[in-house]
Amino acid sequence: MSMVKVPLVTRMSMQFNKRTNSNPICMVKSSEVKLIGKWSSSYTIRVKIALNMKSLEYENIEETLKHKSDLLLHSNPVYARIPVLIHRDRPISESLVIVEYIDETWPTPPSILPSHPYDRALARFWATYIDDKWFPSMKCIFAFEAEEERKPYFEVLEEVLERMEDAFGKCSKGEPFFGGDTIGFIDIAFGSFLGWLSAVEQKFERKLLIEAKFPALVKWAERFAVDPAVKGLIPEADKLVELSKSIKWRAAIEKK
Amino acid sequence: MTDIKLHGFWYSPFTLRVKWTLKLKGIPYENIEEDRYNKSAQLLQYNPVYKRTPVLVHDGKPLCESMIIVEYIDEIWPQNPLLPTHSYHKALARFWVKYADDTFSAVASLVRSSNGEEQEKAIEKIWEHLKVVEDQCFGDGKNVFGGDTINIVDIAFGPLITLLVVLEDALGVKILDDEKFPHLHSWYNNFKDVPIIKENLPDQDKMVAFIKVFREKLIASS
Repeated sequence: MSMVKVPLVTRMSMQFNKRTNSNPICMVKSSEVKLIGKWSSSYTIRVKIALNMKSLEYENIEETLKHKSDLLLHSNPVYARIPVLIHRDRPISESLVIVEYIDETWPTPPSILPSHPYDRALARFWATYIDDKWFPSMKCIFAFEAEEERKPYFEVLEEVLERMEDAFGKCSKGEPFFGGDTIGFIDIAFGSFLGWLSAVEQKFERKLLIEAKFPALVKWAERFAVDPAVKGLIPEADKLVELSKSIKWRAAIEKK
Repeated sequence: MTDIKLHGFWYSPFTLRVKWTLKLKGIPYENIEEDRYNKSAQLLQYNPVYKRTPVLVHDGKPLCESMIIVEYIDEIWPQNPLLPTHSYHKALARFWVKYADDTFSAVASLVRSSNGEEQEKAIEKIWEHLKVVEDQCFGDGKNVFGGDTINIVDIAFGPLITLLVVLEDALGVKILDDEKFPHLHSWYNNFKDVPIIKENLPDQDKMVAFIKVFREKLIASS
């Protein structure tokens, strides 16, 4: 595995936060920020990564699969789904909206969105593309029993990987991440699904993120998983495979 | 001199979102009318992922997806701003922009509906979405839609409601019922009369005629 060069400024601020756990610019008490989510949810993981990038403390409220809490229903009456960020008692829903909110509310480096409007538009495009294609296809793969029924959705995942391999080249411009030298919006949007990608590979005994086909993405995935903001957040494949047995996938497809 | 081209369809609500934004900010642009049954090589090159309009080309660089384009325009040309400045209100606005896009899926089902049962089901789904907007976006202290000035949520929903009004005519159904959705109905009545919107609304009769033909072709091919 290649060593990732961590810029000096990032290394210093990481040390500072480890020691004191209080960046004077973003002194946020954990009671100010709450996150309602699930350990297994890629959407929740996105928000956790963003919070980690900004060294923000928060209260983690774990939702159970079976029963939606009153807090969740009250905080997200429109969709009744996680994640929901509650900042100073005001709820914000939809993972990508929350990530942008975190980046804007706590603008200290590292930035999550690029600085140039065109690059921001591109980042939003790819993040929305992932939301449009990835999880909906994965849900169908888990939901359908026949190989033939799953086939078109595997093809979608394959196409997404091809496009993201290509996009990586254009967006990273030779740097380790889509966002450049630090992880950014596209990294978070896409990387948050790496756990479920491994779960699909394991359950269906089929490698998708193949090095020969997607050399840049494979290396990127390795770097992403060990990034300090991400470490420990991507669930293990066998835990997700086990969880997948109790999820009502058909019902999940029909919801919108 | 900045070069802006907009590849779109005159009848598309998504193209309309971008057109209204450009007009509101007084940004000159070249309109390139695409043919959905014969898309230009340029369009396919600019949007290889979705192969669809609208695409905004700014100084040779393409941007895709209507609301992403709208935010981009708002960032580069800040006059008549569409997004609020406070990050919380921005987040709320973005949430409802996404909800408008989710609502479009329900509208698409209505456009595609080939029989009474499908039509009814699609209208029920649209009503569910409109009810959420009616209940959550209006009332005391809620300023999701623009008040005196047009904002991004108006831009996101405006063309959707415009299309619903066309579908009401084309299908002979009532969707935006003022008894069911009094606030939404009132908001739209004001919105469509704002001069820049009024001047840039596609002709109702032309739209109804188009939708009828469009539906026939869709249903025939499915």
